[in-house]
Amino acid sequence: MTKNITSQRVTRRGLLQGATALGAAGLILPASYRSAKAAPNQGGTFRIGLGHGNSTDSYDPGLWDNLYAQVFAASRHNQLIEVDADGQLIGEIAESWETDDGRTWVFRMRQGVTFHSGKDVTVDDVIASLNHHRGDDATSAIKQFFDPVTEIRADGQNVVIALDAANADFPYLMSDYHLAIMPGNDGRIDPSSSDGCGPYIVESYEPGVQATLNRNPDYWKPDRAHFDRVEILAILDSAARLNALMTGQVDLIDQIDPATIGMLEARGVANILSIPGNAQYIFPMDSRAAPFSDNNVRLALKYAIDRQQMVDTILGGHGAVANDNPIGPANRFFYAELEAKSFDPDRARFHLREAGMDSVTVDLHVADAAFTGAVDAGALFAETAAQCGININLVREPNDGYWDNVWMQKPFCASYTGGRAVEDHMFTTFYATGAAWNDSFWSHERFDALLVKARSEVNEDMRREMYQEMQRIVSFEGSVIIPMYNNYVMATATNVATPEQISANWNLDGFRCVERWWFA
Amino acid sequence: MSVLIFLAAFIFVSIPLSWLFRAMLARALPRDMALVARDMPLTAAFGILIIGIYVFAAAFAPVLAPFAERAVVGTSFQPWDSTHLLGTDRLGRDMLSRLIYGARNTVGIAFATTALAFLVGSLLGILAALRGGWLDQLLSRFVDALMAIPSLIFSLLLLTIFGTSVLTLILVIAAVDATRVYRIARSVAQGVVVMDYIEAARLRGEGTWYLIRFEILPNALAPLVAEFGLRFCFVFLTISSLSFLGLGIQPPMADWGSMVRDNATLITFGDMTPLLPAGAIALLTVAVNFVVDWQLYRASGLKEQG
Amino acid sequence: MGAVLIMVAQRLALGLLTLFVVSVVIFSATELLPGDLASALLGQSATPETLAALRAQLGLNDPAPVRYWNWATGVLQGDFGTSLATRRPIADMLSARLGNTIFLALYAAAIAVPLSLILGVLAALWRNSIFDRVANAGALSAISFPEFFLAYILIFLLAQSGVFPSMVRLSPAMSLGDKLYVTFLPALTLTLVVTAHMMRMTRAAIINLLAQPYIEMARLKGVSPLRIVLRHALPNALAPIINVIAINLAYLITGVVVVEVVFVYPGLGQLMVDSVAKRDIAVVQAIALIFASAYVLLNLTADVLSTLTNPRLMRRK
Repeated sequence: MTKNITSQRVTRRGLLQGATALGAAGLILPASYRSAKAAPNQGGTFRIGLGHGNSTDSYDPGLWDNLYAQVFAASRHNQLIEVDADGQLIGEIAESWETDDGRTWVFRMRQGVTFHSGKDVTVDDVIASLNHHRGDDATSAIKQFFDPVTEIRADGQNVVIALDAANADFPYLMSDYHLAIMPGNDGRIDPSSSDGCGPYIVESYEPGVQATLNRNPDYWKPDRAHFDRVEILAILDSAARLNALMTGQVDLIDQIDPATIGMLEARGVANILSIPGNAQYIFPMDSRAAPFSDNNVRLALKYAIDRQQMVDTILGGHGAVANDNPIGPANRFFYAELEAKSFDPDRARFHLREAGMDSVTVDLHVADAAFTGAVDAGALFAETAAQCGININLVREPNDGYWDNVWMQKPFCASYTGGRAVEDHMFTTFYATGAAWNDSFWSHERFDALLVKARSEVNEDMRREMYQEMQRIVSFEGSVIIPMYNNYVMATATNVATPEQISANWNLDGFRCVERWWFA
Repeated sequence: MSVLIFLAAFIFVSIPLSWLFRAMLARALPRDMALVARDMPLTAAFGILIIGIYVFAAAFAPVLAPFAERAVVGTSFQPWDSTHLLGTDRLGRDMLSRLIYGARNTVGIAFATTALAFLVGSLLGILAALRGGWLDQLLSRFVDALMAIPSLIFSLLLLTIFGTSVLTLILVIAAVDATRVYRIARSVAQGVVVMDYIEAARLRGEGTWYLIRFEILPNALAPLVAEFGLRFCFVFLTISSLSFLGLGIQPPMADWGSMVRDNATLITFGDMTPLLPAGAIALLTVAVNFVVDWQLYRASGLKEQG
Repeated sequence: MGAVLIMVAQRLALGLLTLFVVSVVIFSATELLPGDLASALLGQSATPETLAALRAQLGLNDPAPVRYWNWATGVLQGDFGTSLATRRPIADMLSARLGNTIFLALYAAAIAVPLSLILGVLAALWRNSIFDRVANAGALSAISFPEFFLAYILIFLLAQSGVFPSMVRLSPAMSLGDKLYVTFLPALTLTLVVTAHMMRMTRAAIINLLAQPYIEMARLKGVSPLRIVLRHALPNALAPIINVIAINLAYLITGVVVVEVVFVYPGLGQLMVDSVAKRDIAVVQAIALIFASAYVLLNLTADVLSTLTNPRLMRRK
């Protein structure tokens, strides 16, 4: 049986004051839990088989980059703020937060939380954990998030963070999975330690093979972490994962080959969870390089792709057609009414002629490192484009070194992103002029102006209008082709129970399946 | 179970077919070759027949294939029907057409690679055995060092550095294979060069090339030919394993090794699709080696009836 | 016998040379790969500043020869260093995996070598018979399936029905019997992969000798066919057979990364591929050296045995 969970949106109320209200009343259950039918059972060993994990993975929070590291981290760590299953921000180590002007943010620490070592979680630990990602010698992947941060300081039981400009969405950044709270020592955390204040305590860990964890008996959340024991296995081969689930050697797997979802379902030995989110597959074009510097050529390519066929073939139907819009259906200001682009050879040829060309030949560089099925997606794209006078020469690149050698190096390639829960975060990271991950090297004056304006705008309707205009600009003048939003598809053994609402913010219930799920 | 029945039926049909084919060859060929054909075992006739069919398919692929190599003509994994005799693949391309084009690409690449590997490997191997001394040491140590690096990982390294065009694929796999051939050739030739007739030829003042071509090679040929039959088929497997590790042939080119990889997961559910390209490889492997065995047998000079 | 000992000593010395060449080749190849450890670790999230900071922290800014020298001097003192990616001592990372790799290789070899020798001898004895054809075609079909595909088929047939586990989870507390049970499928896969090669070489090498005058002589004397093959042909055919066995044994140790991936077996191959992908050169080098040593020793053994079986080689100047 397939559970298709409808998209959820992050509400502004949840972002700005959600946890303040919750925090005032002490430990209140997250909204999603109230809808769960039966009370979760305690106990059992939850075995997860993930198609990620590398023997070079480490405990350093700045370097977590794959699903294995993310789920393993969520099993042993807490963060300041958690995104709940409805997409609302709720307090974790931060009990509540507030701001007067959007520039100075005050996070009040929860009391009585301890690390696995028994030590209390203090303001200093939090500051050390945040500072690990900040400063000149920081090696963290999210170092740039902290560029606008001018100061982090303690104020009694509060952590105060000052920004160089107002940002209404700042608390969202604090929910990033890299920001695990770890014990500090002289203002620094030990990045080779597994100690945290999360639901499970590490018993053994072999990078790229397995991790076993036992329930933290002192965990502060009263109705979380239902399993006695968690085992996380790295099973890189998709057939091996399927077999492990079907033979009962694991209880949960991710990344199911779309071709086999139907067959797995027919076996009746597993539940398939297909969660629509904001994750998306992308073909960025270098807007500085000919022929992509001409928006007409870009539009021609956008009409030369059969989006529905991509969703059916590459995702096995587990996804949705995207309209070159990086803001997904789970975002609050998603512009659903934006006119759709269907596969239209005449229109593609029209735009080619506008660009003064009869036909054009471009190289598309792909590897499955970009996203599962990228090579196949490229082959499909080349076929439909050929009917529009566009000759796409597919170049298969090695997976190894793809992000280094191809992405943002070759003018036309494949890429992906997990999506962002807030619009500003997405646009600032990938589309603002000069942003580090602006992989189409795109620059648009009006867009940049709107982005800054919307960030501090408080009127909801005005804000919506601005974000919708930005989506239109990216879709019709931008330099990326976003053909589809991919669902998060996972399969569980039939005895695994989940809350009714599963988070669309990241895979595996926002990486939190280990503490939110249970055995029926 | 159905696979077993299919296999039995296949064997049942192929025996009379091979017999007919042999009879036909014995009629059609000129007299001296017809004699050879008449005496060859059925397995060899079967091998030649299969190889013939493959070469034919490879040569006339555009005529034989009902659809183009890269054309998307249906939806994913359509079942076998009258339009798509063997169904469609993941992208909705006609499976039969892909298989036929695959014959052209795969056999071509495998043959080029193996021929190159044998040319280089066996010449150097025999030369090393013949000359001995520092040349032998230098070559053998160098080959040892290269062979000491696992071939798949070494290929992975080289292909990541040099790119994955068909030419680099051929050169890289040939280079890695040549080290294996070298070792066999040297070892076999070492047994030959200590023979008295080599000593005699040396004393006659024959040159190195003469010794290799007329004295050593004929006597070292058998194991080398046997090795050729296997190495040829290993090329498909190398390509397949490379695509397992994320490298491989450039799409949308059809090749059997990658086709096995693309569809392999389906076997988990008992779906036959991945067996088609794998079976195509297996059939060719068996056919090539049947012919090799026959040649081996003739080369051994044994006249007894087996 | 003295000559053989001298040869062994010589070859061991040369083996060290081989190891040196291997380490240089691997180091240079890894250097030639695009990117470095810092960019591999950060992946898509790399920015110039974080890259620079990470490179400085990992000591990647030294020139390549300096880094090679630092590594080599460490190894000569028996210190393989620490993994730059995980900051764990490499010796610790490798020891368990090395044990796993050797265990699987021995397990597969213990089935495959006797099996292929017996099949090869029988095929040569009953050449061109039905047995010969079936053994041949069966072995050939087995090796013409890619390893991962063979593994999938075995899993489909033997694991989905619950006879054997589809993936290997080892724990230190396991008894030998349990270990043999859980690793049966990977060992069987590898057996199918290597048997054909050894069997066919055995058969070919024996048949190659059967036309020799001394065999003809034995046959005319009325010696039984089995005795001819075993006593007269096999000893002289041993050199190529031993070589093929050595090659396949080395393959079982060094070349099984695909089988490791399918059965989730924590061996060295997977670690090496991972480390190459992350440009963790110290780990790559350490594993390359282990593989190379295995190779050198097996080849040396093969050469010594070949020489012993052919006295004429020993008299060569």
